[in-house]
Amino acid sequence: MLISAPALYAILLLAVPLGAIFLFSFWTQDYLTLITTPTLANYQEAWNEPLYGLLLRRSLMISGAVTVATVLLAFPIAYFVSFHVRPERKSLWLFLITIPFWTSYLIRVFLWKVILGYNGVLNSGLSGLGLIDEPLTFILYNANAVVITLAHAFAPFAILPIFVALERIDRSLLEAGRDLGETKLMTFWRVTLPLAMPGVVAAVLIVFIPTIGDYVTPRLVGGPNGLMIANMIQTQFLKLNNAPMGAALAVVAMLFVSVIALGFVWLNRKFLRVKQ
Amino acid sequence: MSGPIISLSGVQKYYGDYHALRDIELDIAEGEFFSLLGPSGCGKTTLLRTIAGFEDASDGALMLSGRDMKGVPPNKRPTNMVFQSYAIFPHLNVAENVAFGLRKHGLSAAQKDAKVAEALAMVGLEGYGGRAAHALSGGQRQRVALARALVLQPKVLLLDEPLSALDKKMREQMQGELRRLQRQVGITFILVTHDQEEALIMSDRIAVMFEGRIAQVAAPQTLYRRPETSQVADFIGVMNFMPATAQMAGESVETEIAGLGKASLAPDQCPGGVATGAVHVGIRPEMISLVFEGEEVKAATAKTTVVEQYYYGDMTYYDVALEGVEKPITLSMKNIVGRPVLERGAPARIAWDPRALVLFSA
Ligand SMILES: Nc1ncnc2c1ncn2[C@@H]1O[C@H](COP(=O)(O)OP(=O)(O)OP(=O)(O)O)[C@@H](O)[C@H]1O
Ligand SMILES: [Mg+2]
Repeated sequence: MLISAPALYAILLLAVPLGAIFLFSFWTQDYLTLITTPTLANYQEAWNEPLYGLLLRRSLMISGAVTVATVLLAFPIAYFVSFHVRPERKSLWLFLITIPFWTSYLIRVFLWKVILGYNGVLNSGLSGLGLIDEPLTFILYNANAVVITLAHAFAPFAILPIFVALERIDRSLLEAGRDLGETKLMTFWRVTLPLAMPGVVAAVLIVFIPTIGDYVTPRLVGGPNGLMIANMIQTQFLKLNNAPMGAALAVVAMLFVSVIALGFVWLNRKFLRVKQ
Repeated sequence: MSGPIISLSGVQKYYGDYHALRDIELDIAEGEFFSLLGPSGCGKTTLLRTIAGFEDASDGALMLSGRDMKGVPPNKRPTNMVFQSYAIFPHLNVAENVAFGLRKHGLSAAQKDAKVAEALAMVGLEGYGGRAAHALSGGQRQRVALARALVLQPKVLLLDEPLSALDKKMREQMQGELRRLQRQVGITFILVTHDQEEALIMSDRIAVMFEGRIAQVAAPQTLYRRPETSQVADFIGVMNFMPATAQMAGESVETEIAGLGKASLAPDQCPGGVATGAVHVGIRPEMISLVFEGEEVKAATAKTTVVEQYYYGDMTYYDVALEGVEKPITLSMKNIVGRPVLERGAPARIAWDPRALVLFSA
């Protein structure tokens, strides 16, 4: 069989690691030896051990919250740049929006720690203004902090696809909406939003899929109650030296993400019916 | 019939420093097929969009069926528009597009379907309701846009160059259909076009615009035969302009036209106003004819030479030089049986009827 170079490249890059993880998940680890007899033991443990379920549910919740927050945040920004910025200034605006994201991801996470911390910028600012007596504690080392940090990190990735979808909308369609008797708001609802849906769906997928697998942010700002499934996978691989268990958890997590993502795409096709 | 359905008085529009509409005075009657005609950039679209409510006039008043439209948004005006790009909603099918504006009409689903079907039938698209918007040809998109506007029974339908995106054959067919549709529904149509033939064919009245100003408002025949300015005469069809001197002789104007000689013009041949001294006299190519041997002529004649000949099949156009005049004039002849086509350089005698002459000041 003849395989072209790009196909080979794709296989090496994607299929091989995935295959390896899949294979590993059916093996078991006995201290230092890897037992390669195929078994479902890891999956049984994943099912029976409540901690894994809890982490997975929390991961989905946090990712969902991050996705909603990011898209809700990104839409008005994309809308503003697309509809209210003069055409020749648009690229400048997009450029400015991405500037904060030139610094390393880790530095940004640490910055949020500085902002949200017990003696952080936010707390000292608020108490300086006399708005609070005691530092707020619900903003760091828990799920809220993870949501805030991740939403900020993924904002530009959500803004861009929504912006592109909005840019593609023929402006005379909006005038037609007004002309046919609808207010600005109803025209937005009946014309702009449905036509922006492909961008919103892209943004949802772009944010949701990678956040499920994030383990840096939860580790740094999440505290014990903000840890996610990826932290457990990392622990299995690196600390507990149980790669097969980690692999099984990774497969389960991927399965959930795939099902949810496909469900979303299907929903979009079925109900929002954006044909362009 | 009561007053005009649309009345503009002293309307001005500025885009920054640019004066896009200047002193627009215009009354349009109910049920009229009215055209705005002018070269690119003269402000036709701006005027139409001002009526629709997409642009605010900088000054002046716009009345729509007796109501002042100042500050009234497009969705509250009794007008609907057919956009140049048609603006068909890509996320909706044909029926949903047509039904878009019916949301607030308080109709049952069945009533709505009936209205949509009726509107689609009117534009010749029966059974197309389920079609996706992207699966339509240019002509069909245009019909959907028409149906979508007409289903709302507006007082005025605004059309911005609706035929310019169609090929010649389709355009000619739609010109006829639009005219028929307008007579059938009796709604006032305002058509923007830069195609003078289209305006002449379709309209009850035409406003010719140049650089933000209305130069003349008249019925097609008046506009063609009695243009008020040389600019209008030049824009509509072909006009030969000849220098002349004029002086009053009682009611009429006596002119001495270079190359053609003396002619007496009645007051109605001076639509832009009677002028004397150095003037121009215009005549359309089809109002001049070649005189062949043996033909009897009642009109005035002159001797010329054929400078250039253009054979169109049904017609032949000639540029002929008058004796002692440098600039040739253009005339056209129908190619009927037995009539020869003259070659370049041939001597030719021409005849014209002085009643076809139009006088322009300076
Ligand atoms: N939004 C705007 N801002 C600034 N100038 C404008 C704007 N819209 C139109 N103009 C100017 O106003 C003038 C009239 O424009 P308009 O679109 O009304 O012309 P038109 O007669 O419809 O021409 P065309 O036949 O090319 O469509 C043009 O010179 C145009 O450049
Ligand atoms: Mg225009």
